[in-house]
Amino acid sequence: METIMLQPNDGIKPVSLGRLLLLLASGLWLLAVLLASFAPAHADDFADELNRLPAVPMAEMEQTIGRLAHIQNPKVVEVLQAMHDGRLFYVKASGRMVFADTKDDGFKLTDALSGEALGVADRFEIKKIAVTNALRTILDREIALLELNSTDVRLRMKSVESVMQNPNPEAMALLAKQRELEKDGGVLEAINVALALADLSGKDKALRGKAIRLLEGNLNQDVRNRLSALQEKTDTGEYLEGDSEIRNLAAVALKKIEYKLELNHLAETLFFGLSLGAVLVLAAIGLAITFGVMGVINMAHGELMMLGAYTTYVVQLMMPNAIDYSLFVAIPAAFVITALVGIGIERGIIRFLYGRPLETLLATFGLSLILQQLVRSIFSPLNRSVSTPTWMSGSLEINSALTLTLNRFYIILFGLLVFWGLLMVLKRTRLGLEVRAVAQNRAMAKAMGIRTDWVDAMTFGLGSGIAGVAGVALSQLTNVGPNLGQAYIVDSFMVVVFGGVGNLWGTLVGGLTLGVADKILEPYAGTVLAKILMLLFIILFIQKRPRGLFPQKGRAAEG
Amino acid sequence: MDIANLLAQDRVGKLFLMVLALMAIAISALNLLVPDSSAMHLSTFTVTVVGKYLTYALLALAVDLVWGYCGILSLGHGAFFALGGYAMGMYMMRQIGDRGVYGNALLPDFMVFLNWKELPWYWQGFDQFWFASLMVVLVPASLACLFGWLAFRSRVTGVYLSIITQALTYALMLAFFRNEMGFGGNNGLTDFKEILGCNLQKDGTRVAIFLLTALFLGLGYISSRFVVESKMGRVVTAIRDAESRTRFIGYKVEHFKLWVFVFSAVLAGIAGALYVPQVGIINPSEFSPLNSLELIIWVAVGGRGTLYGAVLGAILVNYAKTVFTGILPEVWLFALGGLFVSVTLFMPDGLVGMARKLASVRGRGLKLNQRSKL
Repeated sequence: METIMLQPNDGIKPVSLGRLLLLLASGLWLLAVLLASFAPAHADDFADELNRLPAVPMAEMEQTIGRLAHIQNPKVVEVLQAMHDGRLFYVKASGRMVFADTKDDGFKLTDALSGEALGVADRFEIKKIAVTNALRTILDREIALLELNSTDVRLRMKSVESVMQNPNPEAMALLAKQRELEKDGGVLEAINVALALADLSGKDKALRGKAIRLLEGNLNQDVRNRLSALQEKTDTGEYLEGDSEIRNLAAVALKKIEYKLELNHLAETLFFGLSLGAVLVLAAIGLAITFGVMGVINMAHGELMMLGAYTTYVVQLMMPNAIDYSLFVAIPAAFVITALVGIGIERGIIRFLYGRPLETLLATFGLSLILQQLVRSIFSPLNRSVSTPTWMSGSLEINSALTLTLNRFYIILFGLLVFWGLLMVLKRTRLGLEVRAVAQNRAMAKAMGIRTDWVDAMTFGLGSGIAGVAGVALSQLTNVGPNLGQAYIVDSFMVVVFGGVGNLWGTLVGGLTLGVADKILEPYAGTVLAKILMLLFIILFIQKRPRGLFPQKGRAAEG
Repeated sequence: MDIANLLAQDRVGKLFLMVLALMAIAISALNLLVPDSSAMHLSTFTVTVVGKYLTYALLALAVDLVWGYCGILSLGHGAFFALGGYAMGMYMMRQIGDRGVYGNALLPDFMVFLNWKELPWYWQGFDQFWFASLMVVLVPASLACLFGWLAFRSRVTGVYLSIITQALTYALMLAFFRNEMGFGGNNGLTDFKEILGCNLQKDGTRVAIFLLTALFLGLGYISSRFVVESKMGRVVTAIRDAESRTRFIGYKVEHFKLWVFVFSAVLAGIAGALYVPQVGIINPSEFSPLNSLELIIWVAVGGRGTLYGAVLGAILVNYAKTVFTGILPEVWLFALGGLFVSVTLFMPDGLVGMARKLASVRGRGLKLNQRSKL
């Protein structure tokens, strides 16, 4: 042990005091590592260094921080972070080092060493360990380096990113060392990028070229900034970067990066468009089957979606401790409730108006007003907040340029699932068979013994139930309020008109197309103008294909 | 067919026109001639409210023409109304001159606010009343012509047509909400000072506009009656009842529909132009689909396909709205919704239809006598 400690001093060279101290400190640190089981020894070391802090003059603060950072102690990061954040104080009377957090008028104190709570103190009883901005940068670096050894992958990642922000040779050496040890792929890549960026700033041309090739197609913002910095000119038109070969390499790399960014942006737009499209499909699909089978436009469809959304709200009120599972209750509940309301509407109003589609439109519109006002009276006109289950919040980071939010992802999935479910019901069940028969030829179906009024009621119930389920999905995306349905009703009509009546595939294609088109137009034209353009497009589209994308053929076409 | 002959056959219409004229004269007299202190005095506010109802009645007339006689359920007639209103609003906006908040003689206040430097091209000419009046007719007419030509040509009918007319007014609403459009965005056009040099706040001006509205309603009624009684009107009614058959007989169905649609849009535009000086504001909410749907129910309540029924319905429903929203605002939507449901279910021919049924039950004998004479 002694030998290890003495080794650096064997060579009898003149060594500066700071160097010596550093060596001494690192020696001590090594010792500490070896004596890890005898914790008190190095804890005292740490405590000494820490307790000296109030007396250290600003000029020596940098070295002190360096020493502190090299002491192996689990509390080091916490102390440095506190110092960085201006939370490290000492008690004037005892000189004890504390963390202080403002609380009411005074400060809540925690012992920096033991973590023991010391109660509340007044402002004048304690004094802050002041740090300058320059010191704060150093603290940042030290903390980052310390976190590089952390077992937590996220902390390591943060550390690498921080080093990338303000690189220095010491940190680079540590990064290079960490590269050999690193197990996590993401962190490893980040380290490689950081090292390549460091190489890029160096003098060695071969290394710089290699670095640029390594950085090709990397989407990191820093990489892009650095590479474009290589293309910049001074005011006199000279390139900042003298080496034209490097410049050209960088230009090529930059082009590749931009191309990749473009692709990612496109993917993101597509994703947003698909999620909007899924919502539109959910909203329109129920409308499509009632319109297709019964020739009836249900203007209260939006309000049925609103009822579904409010069902979610009520379900969450009833099970506040299990929000994560509330959706699994809300979906069937919303389906059943809105389906019953729908059957009620059909039996109570619509069946008296068959053969008079325009009157049905008016009557159901009146109903939508009543439902809106009803909800306003019961739940107040204000929007209600529906919470998102934890498994639906958060996002999926594909790469640094493309992040997909999970709730939209689930909505797409859910929309497709509902579509598939409805398709199966129509294709594989007895009810589906009868529904299709009635849609094709009502009189003939009746003659074959199908109870058409029962089928009508069931179809309307099914369509309404799907509206309710769509409402549950909507509650996860927008505010739940009495006007929720109105916002989507015109859009979902457009989907039905665009896709064609009585064809579920038309609704799917129509909804997704409109959703994606809307999101593609949005950045160029703005939200409102995009919507206006879509409406105009549909009005014109109807000119060419009055019966939608997928018109019904044969006799069914002439209603 | 001359007008006298036309009215001679339309007994209810004659009655309606007489009532309209008497009411217009009586209301103006009660406001202008009876002193304020008298119990018989009618406030200018009431005159304006009745005037507003009359513009609604003219709008309802326009809707009845296309829905009741041609079977086109337009859910976008509010758009033509609002466009007419905007044209008149733009004229009155230009009349403000430098009396606006910013005192800019060249630009309306909202343009100054948006930092615009000069008047957009589509505002040129609106300083002139004749130009604005022309636009009141031309703008709704050309929109109706373009839209109708596109829609009827490709034989978009029934609920499809209803939905895309609704999309039309919805799109216009969104467009007019944009500040960049140059129509005052969200706030629309307001703070009008005068029309044709007459102060809008003065009783005399108000009554004059009211009388003008009554006159236009009367003229609108007579011209609509003329249209539906003409040969063209007969064809239009035939289209309503059997479109394919009419086409097969050899009539150009699209042209007839388009003609009625454009005429109706013009009536709606005039109604809008008369509406704006009375209420003193026009904003994009006039384009909202709900407004257009509401005016459908006026016609349905009164009884469609009768013209006077539409007028009656518009006045009754709006009076009810004024009363309800005054006393029990939260009940109004229930009432309106209930009205939609109950009218379509229980009185498909509206109040006029019910009155006719009652009359025919009581006067069956009389009718039979008349028929035997024919």
